[in-house]
Amino acid sequence: MTEINIVKDAVKKHGRKRESLMPVLQEIVKQENYLSEERLMEIAKEFDLSSAEVYGVATFYSFLPVKPMGENVIKVCQTIVCDMKGKEAVLDAIKDKLNIVPGQTSADGKFSLMAVNCIGQCSNAPAMLVNDKPYINLTYENVVKIIDEYQS
Amino acid sequence: MVIDIKEKERKVNSHKKRVNLIFKEHDIDKLIEKVLKTEPEKIIDEIKDSGLRGRGGAGFPTWIKLKGAREAKSDIKYVVCNADEGEPGTFKDREIIEKKAEKILAGMMAVAKAIGAKEGIIYLRAEYNYLIDGLQKKIDVFNKKLEDMKFDFTVFIKSGSGAYVCGEETSLLESLEGKRGEARNKPPYPAQEGYLGKPTVINNVETLVYAALIMLDGAECFKKLGTMSSKGAKVFSVSGDTDIPGIYEIEMGMTLKEFAELFGDSNTKAVQVGGASGFCVPRSKFEETVIGFEGVPTGGSMMLFSDKRSMYNILHNYLEFFVEESCGQCTPCRVGCQQLLKGIESIKAKEKSKKYIDELLELAKNMKITAKCGLGQSVCNPFISIVENFREEIVY
Amino acid sequence: MPEMVNLKINDISVSVEAGSTILDAAKKANIKIPTLCHHEDLCIAGNCRVCVVEQKGVNALKASCATPAEENMEIFTNTNKVREARKTIIGLLLSEHNNDCLHCYKNGNCELQSMAKDYLVDSDKYISILKNYEIDRSSPSIIKDDSKCIRCQRCVRTCAELQDVNALAVSGKGSEMKISTFMEKPMDYVVCTNCGQCVTHCPTGALVEKNYIDEVWDVLNDPSKHVVVQTAPAVRVGLGEAVGLDAGKSYTGKMVTALKMLGFDAVFDTNFSADLTILEEGTELLTRLKDKIENKKDVALPQFTSCSPGWIKYIEHEFPDILDYLSTCKSPQQMLGPLAKTYYAKSMGIDPKDMVVVSIMPCTAKKFEANRPEMYSSGYKDVDYVITTREFGRMIQQAGIDFETLKDSECDSILGKHTGAGVIFGATGGVMEAALRTAYEIITGREVPFSNLEVTPVRGLEGVKEATIKIEGCKAEWKFLENVELKVAVAHGLSNARPLAAQVQNGESPYHFIEIMACPGGCIAGGGQPMPVNNNIRKKRTEAIYNEDESLQLRKSHENPEVKRIYEDFLEKPLGHKSHELLHTTYTKRKKY
Ligand SMILES: Cc1cc2nc3c(=O)[nH]c(=O)nc-3n(C[C@H](O)[C@H](O)[C@H](O)COP(=O)(O)O)c2cc1C
Ligand code: SF4
Ligand code: SF4
Ligand code: SF4
Ligand code: SF4
Ligand code: FES
Ligand code: FES
Repeated sequence: MTEINIVKDAVKKHGRKRESLMPVLQEIVKQENYLSEERLMEIAKEFDLSSAEVYGVATFYSFLPVKPMGENVIKVCQTIVCDMKGKEAVLDAIKDKLNIVPGQTSADGKFSLMAVNCIGQCSNAPAMLVNDKPYINLTYENVVKIIDEYQS
Repeated sequence: MVIDIKEKERKVNSHKKRVNLIFKEHDIDKLIEKVLKTEPEKIIDEIKDSGLRGRGGAGFPTWIKLKGAREAKSDIKYVVCNADEGEPGTFKDREIIEKKAEKILAGMMAVAKAIGAKEGIIYLRAEYNYLIDGLQKKIDVFNKKLEDMKFDFTVFIKSGSGAYVCGEETSLLESLEGKRGEARNKPPYPAQEGYLGKPTVINNVETLVYAALIMLDGAECFKKLGTMSSKGAKVFSVSGDTDIPGIYEIEMGMTLKEFAELFGDSNTKAVQVGGASGFCVPRSKFEETVIGFEGVPTGGSMMLFSDKRSMYNILHNYLEFFVEESCGQCTPCRVGCQQLLKGIESIKAKEKSKKYIDELLELAKNMKITAKCGLGQSVCNPFISIVENFREEIVY
Repeated sequence: MPEMVNLKINDISVSVEAGSTILDAAKKANIKIPTLCHHEDLCIAGNCRVCVVEQKGVNALKASCATPAEENMEIFTNTNKVREARKTIIGLLLSEHNNDCLHCYKNGNCELQSMAKDYLVDSDKYISILKNYEIDRSSPSIIKDDSKCIRCQRCVRTCAELQDVNALAVSGKGSEMKISTFMEKPMDYVVCTNCGQCVTHCPTGALVEKNYIDEVWDVLNDPSKHVVVQTAPAVRVGLGEAVGLDAGKSYTGKMVTALKMLGFDAVFDTNFSADLTILEEGTELLTRLKDKIENKKDVALPQFTSCSPGWIKYIEHEFPDILDYLSTCKSPQQMLGPLAKTYYAKSMGIDPKDMVVVSIMPCTAKKFEANRPEMYSSGYKDVDYVITTREFGRMIQQAGIDFETLKDSECDSILGKHTGAGVIFGATGGVMEAALRTAYEIITGREVPFSNLEVTPVRGLEGVKEATIKIEGCKAEWKFLENVELKVAVAHGLSNARPLAAQVQNGESPYHFIEIMACPGGCIAGGGQPMPVNNNIRKKRTEAIYNEDESLQLRKSHENPEVKRIYEDFLEKPLGHKSHELLHTTYTKRKKY
């Protein structure tokens, strides 16, 4: 049963008080990229909360998805500065390379794309995060290169 | 072009209002010792004397929060550093965290000493997760140092998960407690009932650093800068249509004219001061507008727009932001944001008459006085300032 | 003396206890402020914002339900600014609402609608942003229609605070925020107990009971069907409100007349089977006590009552390991059903396949209960349709019956007689009190030692009530109970039930017998009762119940002549073979997460 251990381990690490709920949810997302129905139920059990309540918390946060996500999650900033400075080119590059638009996951399950709000890199817009890592001053060309790196 | 940028930078950096407090080298050990030796009341007095007001946007006098939390009766109290920095166009806290985390920690320590807190939490937005490792190392050193000095105060990091509203202090507390980040009713204020119901002081990253510097060099170093109601300096995040985007620490009280001359050019049509929830100031009002609490307040976000930008697109983008980032609990904000967005779209598509914009302005004003928290209350800032100053771009 | 705060509302001076809200103060000054998310039973939310008022010298308006009254405050509740703000907010709510009043189940009894009526918002004030929601009709008890939801979170707070079930939660943020079950699963799949408390606390038509009014009319109009009806104890004290009369009066006689006018072939009374329940459940308890104390057997004690189907589903989900502690008795509704389709059918020479049993209940969980697979012990579905007091009220209106002027009539015989003990089943503590009246007398031959048979410690609205009764002077066969201190507890509202169940689960329960009713106040404020509901109304309905008990000649279940007769004619004895077949049931372990 290595399965259940991932939640148990997270709980061991962060505790099962209510204040630890977010760290545990974050930990699972870090490892599995999303919160599956089973994980949410296991977490509810550990915290003695109803599954609905845990679901309610998770869905509040953009970075705690409850739908399956690809191995790598690309978060492209859609807010004003990036929008002005060429967000479209970034999305175009991703569309051309991976054939996905925001909200979708590539057919091979390697990449998911999210449009997110300002990621605090506005002085070097447009910007995006791949998983946790920021990429700045994006152009069509360098986005293509970045994706290539993740693909190899 | 290259020379132009160099020249522009030189001009900014040699401006008489350009200062360097936050990113300057400071003797952190000396700072910590100084805090250790200062009596709690003295800390509060010094901060009061300095005139420091919150740098997170609301600009609340910092000492009043400290005093409130100090007087609140409780064995357990908390210091929270608000590093959620979600306001579009703001990235100064990130830079401070990357470069001067020690000063943030010293500032938290000063607050802890002032109010009698033993735990400090840094609420770091998920978008800055990549900073955690570096920050944690510095925290470990700091915690160890305090332990050695037998000062009972420990700092932890807690991460957000992508929700702008969690920068609002009571939403932040809810999030820290493992809940949905829905703003609380106030009163009670966090200084009375904060994290886990205990007295809590929540401060912006930059506020904490200034507090630390005031501890080290005294109130004078701070209050000698700025204006009557806006003391000191502030770190500005400059972005948009400028050749020299970035972080600049500038004395309070600059007019937007000076600002636009330094960072913009003759094509600068407007500056959005204070991010999406701030005010849009058109060129015609640059001269009369002072950056500060007496004019346009800002958490530091300064976005420049040149005349090639469509104000409709800008407003549209802001409204999309609020539609998504509202916590959704209260009617004026949840529905109001959607109506404002739908409303300008419908006017543009000629599904609604031009007059409908007046209904929307009324709506925005009502959101300001009825929304539960600062998010919904401030949507009217960009909405009204853009519509009133650029009506012809919103209503064709 | 509590600390007082003095303030002015619309220039009227008021003094309220420190900690009161502006809304409390306004109430005291007899000033009405409209509210939506506020509910006296629940914690403060402050999210709808319609209750805003103006404070002198302050620009932003204050949500009166969520703002503490402060010394020297000057509040105005009816300025232009306030009215415009409220109008804006109501307009916004309507803009995301499925404004389908004419077809809506809550038409005429909807807080949003009545507010819209008062404030007259232009229909084109805002653009409709109603989303496409699928109505969840999966549950046999409750319909959830998000298109009618104003996101006041009353249901969520109800399910959490009153019931501690948390089947409903708030999900999403911003424009996506809504009320959800776990992973948007259908209501009948999740831990919902069908108690219907969220329904009675929902201000709009977003949560309503699944109604079976047309089905009932259909069978009433079908000459080939013999349609019998039973009404639960609490229905008669809620029905007045359902037909527009004041709370606090019992209408048994008029109710029976109305049922006959609607065309039911026989009118029975669930009070009858409540009396029967006491004999079965009381005997069961005494048997368990005997096994434990005299025979030293390992039996499950304390015994929990089992007449509240919301409670049953709750314990099945939340404490599946202690189902043995539940009395095996079916609820009174489900006792009457099979008796109608066997005993009564036979005595009348009716083929049970042509018989339809309708029950009128203060409860939405009873709809679910009637559909449980265990409930076919007559060989047919024991209870065919369950309608609530509210649905019944509606049928009376549809039939054009002027309820107030009706004459009284009596229930039909053999399943219709009842005692005061059966009546008090409708209020929290009532089952316990009825059981004690009978059990004590069985054991000692004397009446329960409380003046006028009123077991006052188990009455009232306190969340958990306890009583200890020392048993003295036992009859020979009950000698093992001599000097035993019988400890009982009563809880209403599932959040009050949880600690008692947890004690049992941990083997720490000090009690012998525990009564649980899922709804706060008991069935008188069940999920199927008229709205609004609050403690004031609960008290009035409870009073009506106890008054009815006091007015009756027979007040102990074992004295019910029809109950005696059914044992003689048919069932033989409590816990006998026939009882087991028809009146007792089993439970199902369910998933909690
Ligand atoms: C929607 C919203 C978002 C906010 N985001 C932040 C933020 O990211 N960082 C911050 O320091 N303050 C933010 N604030 C302000 C905080 O509520 C609070 O006033 C501040 O953290 C107090 O610290 P200060 O007094 O040092 O400014 C936000 C307020 C609102 C209404
Ligand atoms: S104003 Fe907006 S963000 Fe604030 S509580 Fe209301 S809905 Fe939530
Ligand atoms: S819920 Fe109320 S306002 Fe909405 S359609 Fe039904 S009756 Fe009308
Ligand atoms: S019926 Fe009862 S248990 Fe089910 S959602 Fe409503 S309040 Fe919760
Ligand atoms: S379902 Fe009813 S009680 Fe629940 S939030 Fe919607 S309107 Fe309010
Ligand atoms: S607007 Fe894209 S990073 Fe700030
Ligand atoms: S009733 Fe006060 S905010 Fe809803």
